[in-house]
Amino acid sequence: MSDVLLSTRDLTAHYGDFQALFGVDIELRRGETVAIIGANGAGKTTLMRAITGLLPHAPDAIRFNGENIGALSAPEVLERGISMVPEGRRLFPSLSVEENLMIGAHKRKGNGYWTLETVYDIVPILRERRHHPGTALSGGQQQMVAIGRALMSNPEMLLCDEISLGLAPVVIKEIYASFPKIKESGASIIVVEQDIGQALKVADRVYCMMEGRVTLQGTPAELSRDDIHNAYFGVSA
Amino acid sequence: MIWVDTIVQGILLGGLYALFAAGLSLVFGIMRLVNLAHGDLIVLGAFLILVAATALGLHPFLAVLIAAPVMFVLGWALQTWVLNRVLGDDILPPLLVTFGLSVVIQNALLEGFSADSQKLSAGGIEAASLALGPVTVGVMPLLTLVSAVAVIFGLNQLFYRTALGRAFRATSDDAVTAGLMGIRPQNVFAIATGIAMVVATIAALYLGIRANFDPSVGPARLIYAFEAVIIGGLGSLWGTLAGGIVIGVAQALGAAINPEWQILAGHIAFVVILLLRPRGLFPRAND
Repeated sequence: MSDVLLSTRDLTAHYGDFQALFGVDIELRRGETVAIIGANGAGKTTLMRAITGLLPHAPDAIRFNGENIGALSAPEVLERGISMVPEGRRLFPSLSVEENLMIGAHKRKGNGYWTLETVYDIVPILRERRHHPGTALSGGQQQMVAIGRALMSNPEMLLCDEISLGLAPVVIKEIYASFPKIKESGASIIVVEQDIGQALKVADRVYCMMEGRVTLQGTPAELSRDDIHNAYFGVSA
Repeated sequence: MIWVDTIVQGILLGGLYALFAAGLSLVFGIMRLVNLAHGDLIVLGAFLILVAATALGLHPFLAVLIAAPVMFVLGWALQTWVLNRVLGDDILPPLLVTFGLSVVIQNALLEGFSADSQKLSAGGIEAASLALGPVTVGVMPLLTLVSAVAVIFGLNQLFYRTALGRAFRATSDDAVTAGLMGIRPQNVFAIATGIAMVVATIAALYLGIRANFDPSVGPARLIYAFEAVIIGGLGSLWGTLAGGIVIGVAQALGAAINPEWQILAGHIAFVVILLLRPRGLFPRAND
């Protein structure tokens, strides 16, 4: 079995006539946490949408577990073991906290580490609020429901799109505190972050994107502040 | 006393309207689709029951057990191959397609069964009645209302107690995110329309036993159903039952004042409620 879980090769994507990704190559190895950083409009979310089958693109540009998944629909991608925490959380307002979590297990096959109980164990407050509407919780708690919902399918790869957006630093810290447990459960992780400091802290490797291209990559130790600044904003510091 | 009797008869009539409306409400609640052929599909269901009853010599209550699965498959196929293709951000294409479907069904039924009035014969039960305190109610109308309550109760259980219901609600909230959860919205829609057609078949049973029907009566049933859904609040199943009862009672009261006012009174009640509560009696909080 190859060490590489996910790879994109010369991935391009369009919104109508507008080209949002220009030949993006990224790679995620088994057990790794990769951060994708970049400013608004850099193409980070577009990349996530392309991987999860929400945005059409060239069918052979994305490989997961040795299989071309570029032509698959979102439910098919999920069945392969890729689960996403979408930007803006996107909890279902008609569903309670517990139902939001359970819908994440809609396609789950067999056993895995993540169940209602193990999700409640990492975020006990959700157990108390299980019968509240998902959207009645605080922003941080909603984010944890969204992460728990994505984990309920016991994914091999978890995509987290802007999970710290709009949250207080202390809340962001709490959310990232759950990551060791997620890694331990066997999931490899891609986080999309605008918060560079947070990304460097959590990631084994970092890709920086600008205007639909990868402009920099490396381990947090390899990358200097100036490199990142350059790649992030496209200007020298 | 006559007024109590009138109101009770109105409530019982409301059960029939609620049955007409429940399928429409279900489909609208899940996929924001207004099926203009709903009334004609009910009439199609009535003809199916009639055919099964005549061909096999069955009582209509048994014939419905044959017609309902056929209607489920029909609804599923209709959604999969026709309606799913026109659902989208624009609400006009589904309206046009279901309007066309309404015309097609009416004419196909006319071709197959002629314009003659038909009726489902349920035997002695049609004339049976029951004394409930000061009022006497027909067994059939009572059974209609009980069926309506049972159907709405059943649909609510399905919605709020099962994995399928969870998928219905999630898809209704946000079909794209539901896809990320492994739900195929198009399959969910197909099952929902199938279930709506089963409910329409139950409505057809009571429609056919209560009164004569012919291929042209569908659109009027659609109007009652539509009004019941709007009065109750879009997407609320219990609201739809209340909406049906409001129209039934208004019609009964109108008819008691002057028989010519029956239909008009129902429509006036609809307009009045629309003026006072534009979102209906029980609107969903998150619409």
